[in-house]
Amino acid sequence: MSDAAFLGMPSFPKAARNALADTQLRRNLAHATGTIRQKRADVVGELDDWEELREAGRAIKERTLRHLDHYLLQLEERVTAAGGQVHWARDGEEACRIVTDLIRATGEREVVKVKSMATQEIGLNEALADAGIAAYETDLAELIVQLGEDHPSHILVPAIHRNRAEIREIFLRAMAEYGAAAPADLGDDPRQLAEAARQHLREKFLRAKVGISGANFLVADTGTAVVVESEGNGRMCLTLPETLISVVGIEKTVPTWQDLEVFLQLLPRSSTGERMNPYTSTWTGTAADDGPRAFHLVLLDGGRTDTLADPIGRQALNCIRCSACLNVCPVYERVGGHAYGSVYPGPIGAILGPQLRGTSSEVDRSLPFASTLCGACYDVCPVKINIPEVLVHLRARVVDESRERRMPTPERLAMTAARWVLSEPSRLGTAQRAASAGGRLLSRRGRIGRLPGPLSAWTDARDAPVPAEESFRTWWRRTRDERT
Amino acid sequence: MRIALFITCFNDTLYPATGRAVVTLLERLGCTVEFPMEQTCCGQMHFNTGYQRECVPLVRRFTEVFAGYDAVVTPSGSCAGMVREYHGRVAEVSGDARLASAVQALPEVYELSEFLVDVLQVTDVGAYFPHRVTYHPTCHSLRMLGVGDKPLTLLRAVRGIDLVELPAAEQCCGFGGTFAVKNSDTSVAMCADKVRHVLDTGAEVLSAGDNSCLMHIGGTLSRLRTGVRTVHLAEILASTEEKPATDGPQPSPLPRRTTEGVRSR
Ligand code: SF4
Repeated sequence: MSDAAFLGMPSFPKAARNALADTQLRRNLAHATGTIRQKRADVVGELDDWEELREAGRAIKERTLRHLDHYLLQLEERVTAAGGQVHWARDGEEACRIVTDLIRATGEREVVKVKSMATQEIGLNEALADAGIAAYETDLAELIVQLGEDHPSHILVPAIHRNRAEIREIFLRAMAEYGAAAPADLGDDPRQLAEAARQHLREKFLRAKVGISGANFLVADTGTAVVVESEGNGRMCLTLPETLISVVGIEKTVPTWQDLEVFLQLLPRSSTGERMNPYTSTWTGTAADDGPRAFHLVLLDGGRTDTLADPIGRQALNCIRCSACLNVCPVYERVGGHAYGSVYPGPIGAILGPQLRGTSSEVDRSLPFASTLCGACYDVCPVKINIPEVLVHLRARVVDESRERRMPTPERLAMTAARWVLSEPSRLGTAQRAASAGGRLLSRRGRIGRLPGPLSAWTDARDAPVPAEESFRTWWRRTRDERT
Repeated sequence: MRIALFITCFNDTLYPATGRAVVTLLERLGCTVEFPMEQTCCGQMHFNTGYQRECVPLVRRFTEVFAGYDAVVTPSGSCAGMVREYHGRVAEVSGDARLASAVQALPEVYELSEFLVDVLQVTDVGAYFPHRVTYHPTCHSLRMLGVGDKPLTLLRAVRGIDLVELPAAEQCCGFGGTFAVKNSDTSVAMCADKVRHVLDTGAEVLSAGDNSCLMHIGGTLSRLRTGVRTVHLAEILASTEEKPATDGPQPSPLPRRTTEGVRSR
């Protein structure tokens, strides 16, 4: 389930082709994204000052990231003062090692987990399994993914690609293997499914001595961690175990509690379409007579400092993982999350993955191109990340890297030729005449049904227009310039 | 006011009827339109595909050609968006400070509906188009330029028109420039839904402010022999009782003699 598990993924177009053929997936996605999209639009529409809120959210993130070094040191100091311990992890591997060692030191062989993107990003569950430690996901959707031996396909709703009949089948098949079995007469009513999950998880909550979480926010001036959730399972994991280990990306820092006010309005409305999420848990270090006795905060870099160095790309670090951009994305809605080959799918995944992981793999090089640049993501993003802007920026990075290769790609040759033609009106005129003649050769009854070469991808499903016999500029010269 | 038409290389080559319609329309509204012959392309295809360096000469030419005009009008939301949003970025990439200030000094570049409603302040352009029409608001017009319902306001004032609302109108049609080829499967899946919505309206004409999106949706409408044709907004607005927009398949093949000459080879 980690980003490491996705390595060797085919490029986006290839993975998308398979996903597009899965009719059940298409229906599940269209239904789920459509529902959340509408809910979000309704609750956002209620606020007169939504645009001001978005701007405030963006500004806070930008300011914090500019002085991140300062806030991180402040955070470390406050967490430590409150009885917690801070660990710095350069990359996923180091973070996994730190967490594994911490669990080993407790002598435990199993842990319960709060839904967390950061631990998925670093492949923590796999690393723990290798060390003989069982990690149990407790978020309902994560549980479905884990029991189904599946990959998450959405940030907020990791099992969005499953419908309830499929979930029932997974529960019946797999629950017994990991703990309390599902009742034999389990139906596919959401309430029955939730009840089965509750029974299954309860014994794990009561038994677990170690909890693992991420955090939505870290408040620097008090050293407080914040988890926002819907089910309450997270709160169980955060309060019942004796040891709590939180793995959090460094960009989750906000300066003060006052800044939280902005994000606690932006996040639930953007993500679940609720005015307020049901559970907001906050904790500051440890307390003598309440909650975990030991608290470890693992601060993860994992490519974030490099991303921060890029003036255009760095806005991706504003992300509060609300998933609004996924839900409105016309590409995501049809293809789903798996084709993105990362725990971060959709528009944010297309700009985050290639920055955090680099562009060395086929799938990461294809991600910036997995968008029509329609801009729907930018419109809804609660922290105003201009995703299309970052996408075209990363496309240029991919192209510029390919220039270093000696053999030019057919695409580069075509682009170079096009630039040559478009640099001079006379060349354009000549090309237009050639295109017109060529087009007429290929056309039948005013349309072209088949084009050669890479352009056949166009005509496989669409007719192409016939270039006009007389270009506009020729018409103008003939009818206007002659008059003058 | 000195008004320049930026036809865009795409319309120039594939959809000259749209350019002729813009000229007809603006002249009917009392404007004098100039067409600087030295113009070529705004660089959008190169820029959006990652070939930013290749855009530099195109942007330089653009600034030289259109300097000194009071306004530039273009029948393409996405090309207007390219100039407004990204020419500055291209200048930055070039590292040429002179180019950067030339971009800064460019006259305002308007998409057609913006020019009509905001600059000329007309909503009834005196058009006549007796057909059932549905309108697709293209993404760049809608979200990059923020033209809002200016195109619809213009269409509503057209005499004889039966304007029907397009369901899920604001969803992208799946064109996306080179996306349509690089990710053709996804592009076609998106277009299939757009086409379904168009057919649901029972319209005979689909209109938009960008021929690139119309080429994409229209290519599918044509492949499926749906009997729905695409007409650029400019052509509807230019159409009058005396001079109706052509009904032929688009882009209209001109005189038959030459076409036949080629075929009967
Ligand atoms: S990029 Fe914006 S819309 Fe997408 S998940 Fe992040 S915060 Fe939400």
